[in-house]
Amino acid sequence: MILERFSEGDSLIHRLDPAARIVAASLLILVIALADRFSTALLGMLAGATFLVLARLPLAAVFGRLLLVNTLILLFWLTLPFSYGDNTLFSLSVLQVRKEGVLLALLLTLKANAILLLLVALLATASFTRIGHGLQRLRLPEKLCLLLLFTHRYIFVIHEEFQRLHRSARLRCFSPSTSLHTYRTYGHLFGMILVRSWNRGLRVKQAMDLRGFDGRFFTLHEQAMQMKDYLFLGAAGLLALILMGVELT
Amino acid sequence: MSARVLLELTDVGFTYPGRKRPALEGINFTLEAGQRIGLIGANGSGKTTLLHLIMGLLRPDTGRLLFQGKPLADRNDLRRLRKAIGLLFQDADDQLFSPTVLEDVAFGPLNLGADPAEAREIALRTLDRVGLHGFGPRVTHKLSGGEKKLVSLATVLAMSPQALLLDEPSNNLDPATREDLIRILNQLGIGYVIISHDWDFLAETCEEIFAMEQGRLARSDHASLHQHRHAHPCGEHPHHHGC
Repeated sequence: MILERFSEGDSLIHRLDPAARIVAASLLILVIALADRFSTALLGMLAGATFLVLARLPLAAVFGRLLLVNTLILLFWLTLPFSYGDNTLFSLSVLQVRKEGVLLALLLTLKANAILLLLVALLATASFTRIGHGLQRLRLPEKLCLLLLFTHRYIFVIHEEFQRLHRSARLRCFSPSTSLHTYRTYGHLFGMILVRSWNRGLRVKQAMDLRGFDGRFFTLHEQAMQMKDYLFLGAAGLLALILMGVELT
Repeated sequence: MSARVLLELTDVGFTYPGRKRPALEGINFTLEAGQRIGLIGANGSGKTTLLHLIMGLLRPDTGRLLFQGKPLADRNDLRRLRKAIGLLFQDADDQLFSPTVLEDVAFGPLNLGADPAEAREIALRTLDRVGLHGFGPRVTHKLSGGEKKLVSLATVLAMSPQALLLDEPSNNLDPATREDLIRILNQLGIGYVIISHDWDFLAETCEEIFAMEQGRLARSDHASLHQHRHAHPCGEHPHHHGC
């Protein structure tokens, strides 16, 4: 489930307005994602690493996440070097390792890691709620923000309800197999979850209405960007410009 | 009519759409400021429906409902009613939707126009009042059942209501939390209506008890209704039964 293990902290990055962080991260990620040059990707990684250090996150846990993504990237390394480009670097029996393929896989790896570092350092350092409120302040449609916040709040409740039903089925000796009985049981299970979630949604809405909810969501957290947020945004914007400059010259 | 009357229901009836039998029929009921009323009745006897009617979540088909002597004409009346009367839901998970306890308790005050600093202050004070000092940063969905119940109570109290409606508040509470809740309710100093199956709980928190049966309301006759079997937490020790 969603643990938000990086969101607790009191570093420089943690104290920044989530709205500013969302803008900065989107900007930098866009530039890096479109980059074709190694220098841009490397600089992006350097930027990500700098933010990571500023956020003072537990490095072991961050590397754990990087490892996860890099296992996926391994798939590119298994295919690209053998299939892309014309210049053969060297031959492994029947397979020919191509120069362009190796370079492309390397670029992909650098870019993916740079983006991941930025995401972890800038966005994972805010809780789901704060991201939600940040998006709200960036004028993302209210309904989408509320959807995000409520999904996060109730996914646990729905998960628990599913486990309760599943447990009660297991206690009556249900063991899943490839049979019509199993499919029907799971159909009922998911149907029941749907009905219960719907009913709960109605009750939550009632509870909110009774406490004066009128469609606008107020927050206890920061209401306006401060000097440090503008400074950070300015720095991030400058960085994005530099990356673009490196890319285009 | 006395100025202290908060709510007055006259001959109220309600039938859920698509059902034949009315959920409520000929309900006459008044709630005065400071009055502490218990409602007891079987499952499906219309208790929750009555509370939802009072709060304006449902509209009566017949009869009339007066709040402070006036009918509820528009959204503003409804807003006034909902500020003056707080409803504690049966399932605390329906009531607690914010990620942290502090945010949830502050939700009502923020909606009523308090600024964030004020709302935070009110929320912290209310949490102290229900004995949950320091619970502010806790994550709501990770609380125990008893803690959730008390936080829900705090979310309602934070709007400083003049009266409370509580829907089966003692359900699934351990004895210690149940005692806490009884103590808190007795110290509130405002009136309330409690729905419950739990005679002992009502006896310890209410002055008057009504019985609901098949959508009808009657003042209960203690002598005939007070027949119950229960386990006593204090075992063999002599004790008395609040009524």
